[in-house]
Amino acid sequence: MTLEISRTMVEAILEQSRAEYPDECCGVILGPIGSGKAVRHKPMINAAHSPTFYEFDPKDLLKLYREVDDNDEEIVVIYHSHTETEAYPSRTDIAYAGEPGAHYVLVSTRKEIATTPEFRSYRIVDGVVTEEPVTILD
Amino acid sequence: MSIEVRIPTILRPYTKDQKTVEAEGTTLALIVSHLDTQYPGMGERLLEDGALRRFINIYINDEDVRFLGGLDAAIKDGDSITILPAVAGG
Repeated sequence: MTLEISRTMVEAILEQSRAEYPDECCGVILGPIGSGKAVRHKPMINAAHSPTFYEFDPKDLLKLYREVDDNDEEIVVIYHSHTETEAYPSRTDIAYAGEPGAHYVLVSTRKEIATTPEFRSYRIVDGVVTEEPVTILD
Repeated sequence: MSIEVRIPTILRPYTKDQKTVEAEGTTLALIVSHLDTQYPGMGERLLEDGALRRFINIYINDEDVRFLGGLDAAIKDGDSITILPAVAGG
């Protein structure tokens, strides 16, 4: 399924990935429950503060899910950056992917491709990765 | 004593898609064991070698059970348990 996302959000995520480099950055985009629409961008803190790992702080995670429930929202996109490698899910990304309904977005800050930022989206279900098209809305 | 347990999407195949289930027990270990009795297979998704899995978060009310004694954490009437898979990766 195609991910449709506004250019503003794509730019904001790429900017966050550059700002938090050399650590990985992470966050979510929420939307009204059942809509699948990427509406509300919410950057999260990478509690791992690492160039090779990201993790939402468990307290932030609980707050996020409570907020999503209270607002009748769903998590539409879960994103993070890779600092020096391709924007493709790593083995750990696949092992820990816990939201089969979400688009998993990967961006990369690796230098050699800086002229054309990598912004790619995947479904990760039961260990199977399926890349999906991204449509950027102006 | 019946405790409300909120089940994340990824574990709902075990609970026939129920978001919230009930379990009984005075410690988290007993709750997990009762969940596994009612919904076979769930225990293995929460535990590894008898310990809580690193990338599954369990909360009693608003507190991460890692700060409450893990599987030994005491559960009292009126508590609510939330299970959430970590959002993490490399």
